[in-house]
Amino acid sequence: MPEKYSLFVPRLITKEENFAPGHRACIGCAEALAVRHVCKALGKNVIIVNATGCIEIFSSLFPQTSWQVPWIHTLFENVGAVVSGVEAAYQARIRKGRIEDRRVKFVGFGGDGATADIGLQPLSGAMERGHDFLYCCFDNEAYMNTGIQRSSSTPYGAWTTTAPAGKQSIGQITWKKNLPEIAVAHRIPYVATACPSYPFDLMDKVKKGLEIGGPAYIHILSPCPTGWRYPPNLSIKMGLLAVETGVFPLYEVINGEYRLSFDFPNLKPVREYLKEQGRFRHLTDDIMEAIQERVDDEYLKLMERVK
Amino acid sequence: MKKGKIVGLEGSFAIAEAVRMVNTDVISSYPITPQTHIVERLAEMIADGELDAEFICVESEHSAMSACVGASAAGARVFTCSASQGLELMHEVLYIPSSMRLPVVAVTANRALSAPLSVWCDHSDAMAIRDIGWIQIFAENNQQAFDLTVCAYRIAEDKEVLFPAMVHIDGFYLSHVIEDMVLPDDEEVADFIPEYEHPFVLDPESPVSMGCYGPPFIYTEAKKAQEVAFGKSKYQILETWKEFGETFGRYYSPVETYKMEDASIALLTMGSIGETAMLAVDEMREGGKDVGLIRLRLWRPFPFTELREAVKDVELLVVLDRAISSGMGGPVCSEVKSALYDMREDLRIVGFIGGLGGRDITIEVFKYMVNRALEYPEKEEEFEIIDVRE
Repeated sequence: MPEKYSLFVPRLITKEENFAPGHRACIGCAEALAVRHVCKALGKNVIIVNATGCIEIFSSLFPQTSWQVPWIHTLFENVGAVVSGVEAAYQARIRKGRIEDRRVKFVGFGGDGATADIGLQPLSGAMERGHDFLYCCFDNEAYMNTGIQRSSSTPYGAWTTTAPAGKQSIGQITWKKNLPEIAVAHRIPYVATACPSYPFDLMDKVKKGLEIGGPAYIHILSPCPTGWRYPPNLSIKMGLLAVETGVFPLYEVINGEYRLSFDFPNLKPVREYLKEQGRFRHLTDDIMEAIQERVDDEYLKLMERVK
Repeated sequence: MKKGKIVGLEGSFAIAEAVRMVNTDVISSYPITPQTHIVERLAEMIADGELDAEFICVESEHSAMSACVGASAAGARVFTCSASQGLELMHEVLYIPSSMRLPVVAVTANRALSAPLSVWCDHSDAMAIRDIGWIQIFAENNQQAFDLTVCAYRIAEDKEVLFPAMVHIDGFYLSHVIEDMVLPDDEEVADFIPEYEHPFVLDPESPVSMGCYGPPFIYTEAKKAQEVAFGKSKYQILETWKEFGETFGRYYSPVETYKMEDASIALLTMGSIGETAMLAVDEMREGGKDVGLIRLRLWRPFPFTELREAVKDVELLVVLDRAISSGMGGPVCSEVKSALYDMREDLRIVGFIGGLGGRDITIEVFKYMVNRALEYPEKEEEFEIIDVRE
């Protein structure tokens, strides 16, 4: 049983699609699914600021748009700054009596490249300044939109086009940057990890992050059949395996307090997750063992913080 | 005629007064190598309750312009200022408000670019952003810095315009120098600047998608629509300056001239150096040369008609650039040559580059330029860097 929710919970979820179908995402794209879930949880009273990347490209090809809520895209690396400006504009206009306070919420969307690499500085600035906004990082673990180039969020041992596996290389030789911990280090009120394989947990976290007041950060693992090299019907399974093996634990940090969202006393072997994906198919036993050790170690560290 | 009061103000403070008087909503800035007193004074005004605005102290110039873009898209009147390295860092973002028709107002205190590091004045930063699609205006003194900043808001936010506008002031020569000037009353400026209302705002009550992806079938159309609208903005620029003149008694035009009525030789300058050039013209006239002066006030959209009118009786045009377009010469001279190319065959245009990185340009330097241009009818080189040790 992947989730602890009862059967009637799905009926509480709105049938309205604030992220409309008909977009151009790849078949089996878990990122598009995650965006759909997030937008259901966000509701109508939001403004979304989107980084350049897969989401922006597949949702906004002129003259069509999937966005049923106000949405702006400008550049790759500046979501943190643009959303700061949007929020400040509303603060000023409300205070000066030019518009009434309808409690509009402000949300930033970015991929792992826009969040972990090129856009980290503006995001850090926005979190440090304490703007009232929710940031969702849709992490598909490489620059998928531009052709599967490695990012600092790409996992160790993964093949990408700029860190290819070869006779002299295992592919990515660095460990995945821990974005949620970087967000936690800003001492913001809400940080969480989520995955569209656990949709109710994801929506619950989005609502919490939206309402908490102050910066909130949600890191959403978004399996990518195109870049991870697995059949498109396995996206949900990939997310489940990532969580069940401890590769991507689901947790939240509310005002510094860690809480594990799903506890697995017996984690599945990491090998089960790795062997399903073409990007890891070149890995030898000893490399997989090294990854297992790292996952175990990180999971233990997380459990210590949860206690 | 509105009078106001005569005050002594630093250029930076004069601009801060303009930003306060138009009741700006959001200010965003970053202090790269270094900032001017403009934002420091604005922060002080907000701290003292003289201006009700959100002040976002961002972590880079790239973010300063990005925050302005977000705030403008969300319906706020916004302001930022920058210079040199900062302007270069925000370069990528500068194209966004012009392409997305967001009337951001910015001031640049023109300074040199690294390397070597120089915080002093020249126009290298301004010349690196010629093609960003902003309305760009060069001020000559602190009075103009104030007046043209006030006008920039009204021009940019006009519903027929909706383009960002930048006022260029020479770093240090204006930004850090106290001059006497006329400061209008708050109410007079408030009356001149209408309430800001953008027709398309990020608002959940009426959702819009901004900044959509434009494939080849539409990109050219989008850029042409932008270019046509940008060209038309000149009408509102002229109207605004005319009405400003009628209200405040100080008139501005895209190309301003000095003693050009009977001049056969003309100097052409931009920015604060125009005042020294006027003194040089006076001295050269005493020495028997019929020299006049042309100052480009409006840089973008480029004032083709006015420039051609100004040089119609001139035989020699001497252009001073405060920047180098490497391997090409002076960027202003290149543009002037291109604008006048098919006008007259007997007009000779000679370009000089000087005043780089804070090097003062004196009256003697202007005299040298004119004499040099007269002495060498067919110069061997396309341009000359003047007042330089070999």
